[in-house]
Amino acid sequence: MNNIKKLTSKALFLPIFCMLLVMAANIIYDAANGNFALNFFTISVRNGVLYGRLIDILNRGSEIAILSIGMTLVVSSSAGTDISVGSVMSLAASFCCMLLAGYGTAATTELAVPLLVGVLGGILLACVCGAFNGFLVAYLNVQPMVATLILFSAARAIGLLCCNNLIVYVRNDSFKMFGGYLGFIPTPIVIAAGCILVMAILLKKTALGLYIQSVGINKKASRIAGLNSGKIIFLCYIVCGLMAGIAGIVASSRISSADSNNIGLNYELDAILAVALGGNSLGGGKFNLAGSVIGAYTIQAITTTLFALGVSSDQAPVYKAIIVIIIVAIQAPPFNAWVKRLSAKRALAKGGV
Amino acid sequence: MKKKFLATLLTVSMAATMLVGCGSDDDAKENDKQQETQKEDSDDSKGDGLITIGFAQVGHESDWRTASTKSCQDVFSKDNGYDLQFVDCDNDPAVQLEAVRNFIEQDVDYIIIDPIVANGWDTVLTECEDAGIPVIVIDRTIEDSDKYVSWVGSNFKTEGLAAGEWLKAYIKEKNISEVNALVIEGSKGASATIGRTDGFKEIADREGWKILDSQDGDFTQDGGQEIMESYIKSYEGKFNVVICQNDNEAFGAMDAMKAAGIKYGVDGDVILVSFDACTAGLERVMSGEINADFECNPLAAPFVEEVIKKLQNNETPEKEVYMEEHWFVKEDIIPSIEVNGESQDMTVVTQEIIDAQY
Repeated sequence: MNNIKKLTSKALFLPIFCMLLVMAANIIYDAANGNFALNFFTISVRNGVLYGRLIDILNRGSEIAILSIGMTLVVSSSAGTDISVGSVMSLAASFCCMLLAGYGTAATTELAVPLLVGVLGGILLACVCGAFNGFLVAYLNVQPMVATLILFSAARAIGLLCCNNLIVYVRNDSFKMFGGYLGFIPTPIVIAAGCILVMAILLKKTALGLYIQSVGINKKASRIAGLNSGKIIFLCYIVCGLMAGIAGIVASSRISSADSNNIGLNYELDAILAVALGGNSLGGGKFNLAGSVIGAYTIQAITTTLFALGVSSDQAPVYKAIIVIIIVAIQAPPFNAWVKRLSAKRALAKGGV
Repeated sequence: MKKKFLATLLTVSMAATMLVGCGSDDDAKENDKQQETQKEDSDDSKGDGLITIGFAQVGHESDWRTASTKSCQDVFSKDNGYDLQFVDCDNDPAVQLEAVRNFIEQDVDYIIIDPIVANGWDTVLTECEDAGIPVIVIDRTIEDSDKYVSWVGSNFKTEGLAAGEWLKAYIKEKNISEVNALVIEGSKGASATIGRTDGFKEIADREGWKILDSQDGDFTQDGGQEIMESYIKSYEGKFNVVICQNDNEAFGAMDAMKAAGIKYGVDGDVILVSFDACTAGLERVMSGEINADFECNPLAAPFVEEVIKKLQNNETPEKEVYMEEHWFVKEDIIPSIEVNGESQDMTVVTQEIIDAQY
């Protein structure tokens, strides 16, 4: 009993519980259809690469997971959301493909510049976008949503300009790698894991995590205590831009082209949802990076599950919304308090006998 | 301090980029102005016997659209005796209405509209009628008014029917007894999606084929890939036909099947069918990765010219003009198919065809 209590009181308990709940639906479905009950969870090696629904979730969820890292920091430090990440993703992808293909070229198999130059160029431009957002929020005190609204609408258009209003195809195997396979593991999984690991170490091993939370809880007090609040918020936005850049390169490499109209479309909303599903407050302050990442994979798990259940695609958003409402409700403080009251009552009744 | 400087520098560079963006907007306006002056010229040149045409295009969102615009500009050139006023409406319905009203004011001879939205046209088309200017609608349709002379476009249902009829002939030729099809649909509600789905389903029902699943891939490569990855797991070894409702979805589906080690295309276990037939799609047909690609013709202008010629001769053109479209294949085993009781040829893709495609 005590152990269960300990487990349920952990901060990550609810997000993980929700993700498992989503996946459990598949066990029931498979069992009901006479399939092997753990069909959904089977991972095998086929054609020399990992294969299975779980791999799909990890693979497809990579972009949102990467975005959610940056979004968590931004939410925590500035109590606002960066709604430009999807557009910045598209801009990074377009700029990268423009460098690789040369301006005005619609399709290429030969790279115009070394791969690294193109990729770093795209990521760097995304960092510049992050810095732009950060400058507006940290130093000009513009509301985060208003500040990032500028690039939300402009970045995609700048990307279109970069690509001369075309869909630029880079059909080169070396570029395809970022969205393809590294050995037998899908590369996006490796990239997402790398980003998560580096950020986790940075936040845990240095005081940065503490500083960000402190600024988020009280900006003024932190400054008086000797922290450069503006600089920390600025930094968080740059990291958010960096992550958007990396996600953009992955998304673009997956389809070996820069489709400025579709890359990262509505991803900012999923990234914000991931942060919320991870049990983080959108009001800033304390944050839990692992929660956000789990939130991101939960969103993908819902999508993959709906595909697996064969839910018709025009009804899928309804089911998705219902699941999200349930997950958010389970994590809401009033619900938690109610559960606590209920168990307390039960304990009291037991004591009474 | 140094870092603050750096931050400022970055911001300035960002602002500069945005200004560049605005700059090209100015350029666009400049172009508009040039068009204005051209218009004035055209008024003068009316006595030269040039036919003035106003064309309100949707925008420039895809290769298909660019091809459609270029087709009009090529056909309605000065050399061919036309004076074309072209307006790119950038997917904004209000701009399009404004453009049409401008055409009326300039008293052009004909107006071509590719309507961004299907509704809200009755008032402005009545104005056109009152001014005595015939309107020709291309590609997309107008629902709430019939005050236009002619509509020129693709028959998406025929495309779907053709795909079905071809598949019927193909499996007979290859001695395949059973069809278990997976469909990757286009965006929900798009006329292309509805027509292609209905057309193929009609044949599938008639022939007793099984459509295992049909989901929305949103006309994108990423969408096609994600749906296909899921299909492979749900219907492993149970499907032998994949229908993608445009080429981009087919590219994504190919990547997914490649990763899972499924052989598709001409020598494969899975028959892959696609629609649109853009250049990149035809290249894949040529290499044998796509079995058949059913064209959606963006080159409406020659058909519009026919309509205009008829009007010039005081003849009545047909209300609905369907464009000629080609069905492309790799193998030369089925010379023609019968669609709606009409014999249609299958075209074997060659390098010349690819080079000539949009």
